[in-house]
Amino acid sequence: MRTTVRPIQWPTFLINLVFIITSLGIVLPFLLVVSVSFTDEKSILNHGYQFIPEVFSLAGYQVIFEAPIVLLRAYGVTTLITVVGTTLSLLLTAMTGYVISRSDYRYNRIATFYIFFTMLFSGGLVPFYILITQYLHLKDSIWALIIPGLLNPFNIIVMRGFLSKIPTEIIESAKIDGAKEFRIFFTMILPLAKPALATLGLFISFSYWNEWFNALLFIDNHNLYTLQLLLVNVLSQIEFLLSQPEMMQALHISVADLPNLSARMGMAVLVAGPMLCIFPFFQRYFVKGLTVGSLKG
Amino acid sequence: MDQSPLNPELPTLGKSNIATEVPGKARKNMKNKEWKLFWKNRELSLLFLPGFIYKLVLAYLPMIGIIIAFKNYRYDLGIIGSKWIGFKNFEFFFASQDAFRVTRNTIFYNLGYMTITTIAALAFAVMLNEISQRSVKVYQTIMFLPYFLSWVIVSYITYAFLDYNSGYINHFLQSIGLAPKQWYLDYRPWPYILNAAHLWKAIGFSTLVYYAGIIGIDTDYYEAARIDGASRMQMIFKITLPMLTPLIVILLILAIGGMFRGDFGLHYFIPNNSGPTFPTTDIIDTYVYRALRALGDISMSAAVGFYQSVVGLILVVGANYVVKKMNDENSLF
Repeated sequence: MRTTVRPIQWPTFLINLVFIITSLGIVLPFLLVVSVSFTDEKSILNHGYQFIPEVFSLAGYQVIFEAPIVLLRAYGVTTLITVVGTTLSLLLTAMTGYVISRSDYRYNRIATFYIFFTMLFSGGLVPFYILITQYLHLKDSIWALIIPGLLNPFNIIVMRGFLSKIPTEIIESAKIDGAKEFRIFFTMILPLAKPALATLGLFISFSYWNEWFNALLFIDNHNLYTLQLLLVNVLSQIEFLLSQPEMMQALHISVADLPNLSARMGMAVLVAGPMLCIFPFFQRYFVKGLTVGSLKG
Repeated sequence: MDQSPLNPELPTLGKSNIATEVPGKARKNMKNKEWKLFWKNRELSLLFLPGFIYKLVLAYLPMIGIIIAFKNYRYDLGIIGSKWIGFKNFEFFFASQDAFRVTRNTIFYNLGYMTITTIAALAFAVMLNEISQRSVKVYQTIMFLPYFLSWVIVSYITYAFLDYNSGYINHFLQSIGLAPKQWYLDYRPWPYILNAAHLWKAIGFSTLVYYAGIIGIDTDYYEAARIDGASRMQMIFKITLPMLTPLIVILLILAIGGMFRGDFGLHYFIPNNSGPTFPTTDIIDTYVYRALRALGDISMSAAVGFYQSVVGLILVVGANYVVKKMNDENSLF
């Protein structure tokens, strides 16, 4: 709603002020972590974490890059599951969402219910865990990180909402021209669904990039650690060791041997960084995608 | 195909199916007819097949696994082979103090998240609509950032604030002459911390959803209201909010359905899985996880998971029923 004349400007000013304060509240915590990662260790021990580094230092990152193999491997695993998972998930979501969006499909209602019921009721964590480990034998396998996230009913809702807005005449005319359903789907629907695919693809790839839950459940093998799981273990192991001074003595570990404070925060920056840099470029798609596929679709 | 695609309830028998039926053969064998219709839909069914199998294996098969809750599960005997023990697992859980604690925490936290986020997001969305497009983009991008961080990363951020030795807050407290606090060993501050963390992470997304809803409102309403001399406040309360009600209601129904499902990441990583904070941070999800992975009590944790799923289902169906009674338009199904 753009008004032509705005006689009073102060409400706009107040609203902007509210948003500026909110934005600061959201950005400052990031800055704290970034700044700690660039702070000298001694300065942290003396002054604690500060928003502006007392003594600037790259030592934290040096520690990380001295033995980069662990981090690089985690990057590799995370990139792999993000690429493979997003591709498969998009295809599966588009196929399922498309069939459900076709109101002339005979089993439309039952298929829709079949998918959405899984949002309402589930077997819970334990049967799922046993299925993956005992029956599908996916423990310590890269597929345990990919498969569980492939088909999310919520994404199907968004996809269906988008696809149901494609005029049925297009499909009808393709049929008259002799195209089969598969051809219609792959050569017409998928290209038409690009905006929805882009939006969902971003959401899905973010969720794979941030994957930790299945990793926490199913991955014990260090070579298959995702970035997030690596972070979890770094923090919890340090906490564990710090809370057990006797054990540290017994193992001949001194506090100095632990990854130092700035290195820890540096890890967090390196893990979150890529996504945060990519994200603003895609932000404009989100509003569009969400408006198009709004819930009731 | 003349019906609105927005309304999938109506004809499951699409036009194309009926049109091919020859009227004279109405008495034809039903089986044969059904087969014909099935055959006609075979290609779409084939497109649906991968999704069907996927959900069958990963969502419906585990539902059968619920019987573990009524058994004394042993890995070597499997689900079928393990002994039935009836409701023993449930008795054990409900007899403990944990049942009350985790249920209360799960519900209260979800209620808190729901109300705080909804109110804040609505307010922000309405305000966004009142300012220039360029600043909207900037604010939106910034507010959206945390949504794309995992709880693991957020836990590092909270740690930077709450750490006993170096945390920002403790150093601030010391600098103004107060004693530092053992945040991770005290259960009292956590309701505030968790609510703040949740709001911080969720506000951007929720605001965007409502803002998208507002943009979707027909501008004619506002034009008409302006001609009638309505003030901005009147437009917000008489047009924007009523038009958003269906969206708000759907999101609330979904939230109520998830009332028994907590945010595992938030409650596990932010308090750093620290025992002393359990009285106020432990929810059903973290409890089930610990029972499964740390204690190895599979059957009991399955029983708790079952309790969670059933109550969740009842809640969402109930909420939908109530909404339907009040206003049919707004219900989810």
